Amino acid sequence: MTVFILRRLMQSAVVLMVMSALVFVGVFAIGNPVDILISPQADQAEIARATAALGLDKPLWEQYFIFVVNALHGNLGISFVFNEPALRLIAERLPATLELAFSAIVISVVLGLPLGLYVGLKPDTAVSRTIAAGSILGFSLPTFWVGIMLIMVFAVELGWLPSTGRGATVSVLGVDLSILTWDGLKHLLLPAINLALSRIALVIRLTASGTREVVHMDYVKFARAKGLSQRRVIGVHVLKNILIPIVTVLGLETGAVIAFSVVTETIFAWPGIGRLIISSITVLDRPVIVAYLMMTVLLVILINLAVDVLYSLLDPRVRYGEARA
Amino acid sequence: MTAAAEDDVAIEPPRAETPLRRFLADFFASRLATVGLVLLLAVIFIALFAPWISPQNPYDLAALDLLDGRLPPGSQSADGLTYWLGTDDQGRDMLSAIFYGLRTSLAVGALSAVFALALGTALGLLAAYVGGRTESLIMRLVDLQLSFPAILVALILLALLGQGIDKIILALVVVQWAYFARTVRASALVERRKEYVEAARCLALGDARIMLHHLLPNCLPPLIVVMTVQVAHAIALEATLSFLGIGLPITEPSLGLLIANGFEYMMSGKYWISFFPGVALLIAIVAINLVGDRLRDVLNPRLQR
Amino acid sequence: MSAAQPLLAVRDLHTHFFTRLGVVRAVDGVSFTVGRGEVLGLVGESGSGKSVTGFSILGLVDPPGRIAGGSILFEGEDLTRLPEARLRALRGERIAMIFQDPMMTLNPVLRIETQMVEAIRAHHPEVSAAEARERARDGLARVGIPAAEERLAAYPHQFSGGMRQRVAIAIALLNRPALLIADEPTTALDVTIQAQILHEVRRLCAESGTALVWITHDLAVVGGLADRVAVMYAGRMVEEGPVDAVLDHPLHPYAKGLIGSVPSRNRRGAPLQQIPGMTPSPLNLPAGCSFRTRCARADDRCLEMPELAPAAGRHLVRCFHPHLEAVS
Repeated sequence: MTVFILRRLMQSAVVLMVMSALVFVGVFAIGNPVDILISPQADQAEIARATAALGLDKPLWEQYFIFVVNALHGNLGISFVFNEPALRLIAERLPATLELAFSAIVISVVLGLPLGLYVGLKPDTAVSRTIAAGSILGFSLPTFWVGIMLIMVFAVELGWLPSTGRGATVSVLGVDLSILTWDGLKHLLLPAINLALSRIALVIRLTASGTREVVHMDYVKFARAKGLSQRRVIGVHVLKNILIPIVTVLGLETGAVIAFSVVTETIFAWPGIGRLIISSITVLDRPVIVAYLMMTVLLVILINLAVDVLYSLLDPRVRYGEARA
Repeated sequence: MTAAAEDDVAIEPPRAETPLRRFLADFFASRLATVGLVLLLAVIFIALFAPWISPQNPYDLAALDLLDGRLPPGSQSADGLTYWLGTDDQGRDMLSAIFYGLRTSLAVGALSAVFALALGTALGLLAAYVGGRTESLIMRLVDLQLSFPAILVALILLALLGQGIDKIILALVVVQWAYFARTVRASALVERRKEYVEAARCLALGDARIMLHHLLPNCLPPLIVVMTVQVAHAIALEATLSFLGIGLPITEPSLGLLIANGFEYMMSGKYWISFFPGVALLIAIVAINLVGDRLRDVLNPRLQR
Repeated sequence: MSAAQPLLAVRDLHTHFFTRLGVVRAVDGVSFTVGRGEVLGLVGESGSGKSVTGFSILGLVDPPGRIAGGSILFEGEDLTRLPEARLRALRGERIAMIFQDPMMTLNPVLRIETQMVEAIRAHHPEVSAAEARERARDGLARVGIPAAEERLAAYPHQFSGGMRQRVAIAIALLNRPALLIADEPTTALDVTIQAQILHEVRRLCAESGTALVWITHDLAVVGGLADRVAVMYAGRMVEEGPVDAVLDHPLHPYAKGLIGSVPSRNRRGAPLQQIPGMTPSPLNLPAGCSFRTRCARADDRCLEMPELAPAAGRHLVRCFHPHLEAVS
């Protein structure tokens, strides 16, 4: 088990290195790397000075090395727009994004799992068909359009919920969380639902197809032949088997949720890293762009790693391997 | 001496069904899918013939009148043209803008999916057929690509490349090829083990020929399903990117851009500028997904009982 | 003529599958009885309806199939008319079943202990977890699994196929049911393991007085195991009787062909005997006797369905031209 984790950690480190190299090379190949570190408005003298000062006249591999060393020290450049270390900007906004992502995932699982289970067990009822059709709809609706519609209905027409910004926050262990205040919840609800809607569709479809397959397995029949209650057969025998692929995909989807928060944050003016990156791209604040890239790559890698570990914990066949009696 | 007639079987076995006829019967057995297909055909029709069926060319600046801006649906213009879906802030007829927008959205989505299909299929076939290190390398790339959310990869690329329709298509292709490659490789691997491939090899048929003529046709069913899903994804992704302002430029507006334009007017009640393009986008995507979903159920060997 | 009431009495059972292509009469009028502690071998080829018969008894037939007629009397109750809750109370407690593929019978993500204890506590909630665990351990030991204590905590994939089947048997017998239905439990196993499992099951059933219905396509198995044999073909029982009578003097042409085609019964060097033709499709059964199209003795009389009738004592056959010459 430990060997497994270590191996995955090493693989993840390799991927991180590869990605950082790609980003670095990408920036270099596309444009003058000086632009990454210096504001586009700088004049020739400044550029020349910066080039020398930052060692940009050195060979590429040496530059990359410096970049990596700096990165490991937490230095990913200074933002042009905010004049602050890019990494700090990201770190400040990360809790908001994570809070939003977490809420969205919780909503999608709490709603999607039971619905999907029902559809998988009784696929031919009218209710099931409606849910299945609805899930195609949820899957197809672009997140941004749903967000707009939510604002239009709940904020503009009905006036129940606020349409922009984050609510009041409470500091927990040095991190500001808005989920713990009533005002914060009100502001969190619409964007979280927005993010959750497309994921709900996925959870429903996964659960339904997983259930459909598992329900016909011999071990389910054997469980019934033992005289177990329907609740136990479904709740233990079926559920535990479909949970494995669902958890796996859900973990991967966490990365997607964090990425899609870009859209939701823009629409709802939610102060997370998604909103930051969009504005940074439009004004070409390159240090922030690089910092965002590296941060999200790291996040995705960590999530994938966590999913792998979780998978091996849930599936005893992976954990214990084959052994002959 | 009557035989026990009730024991005879209830229905005669159906006459010989060709696979095509069976497929069509299965497909149209779902009303939803049929509706989806009809909608899809309508959308494609509009996209193809937009310049000829639009009441107005929304990009001919001479035809626009700023004074006609932000009119609600059903209003009339000075020369008797009815703005069925209202006008946007520039005085453009929304209906026409939507037709043209559909055209752009569909074109970009379909084109990028086709290119991704070509690239992904080529690499997938190669990986499955050649095996060894090549396969390892290609599949590593695929896994890497797929572990990152599509929107993120597109964001990165566009941040680096800048704007323009060709760059959007490139970004979309990069985001999609991996799905095709993985699907094709999985099918091709199954086929490769079958004996007719061995036989073809023994006959010293060229590798390319084997791959194209023998492996590829058998990979088609799952490929078709992935293709439809990917077109829908590409359209949605492009719309999202355009909405965020990093997608298509204003000169070739897609539905996403139209929606973005109208977003600021939402609060003041001029919903139609965003709403109707949104509905059009929705119809297009849902139609494709309905068809693709049904295709997947019909072509999935495991669900055949 | 048994004085005591039989444990299980199946009367004119019909289990049909209502498919898109037509109605498949998987079980088409089957009747038999099983006495307490008796071993019945239910023999037939694939598609004869033998497994469906087993499932029907437990009420485990999946849609689009269902029991369409007849009755199943078990300890005085008609299983076809019972509510699901009552059936559930009987399953695993009075009637148990084991399946063919040991790989798929046990849930791969649950420990053996969990799967055994739940079988006990579903029917005896008053039994404590610790007590149930002990019974489970004893159950494993009884089927010959070494180091039962450690094995409880293991997962199914850590066992070999034969061991898994033993675990399934242990589970089935945990609550000391009156009847065990075994649906081809050794078909998926190696020949050597088959013999072991057979021996175990016979011993266990004899010890606890459990009646056994052993469903199989393999006649060799039946010979050493059963008290009585019933042969099924195309959803109907075509012959039934004491094992020695049926195996030594088969009356029905199909049964005779089946027994005659066993390699060990043929002379060395002579071509193997076969039954000509193929099993008919269940959607397209011949009128009258289902075996008519493959039978050398068939004539116009066979266009009518024969009844299952006694030919000699307790030896029954469904045929107008049985091989009576064999019976003296």
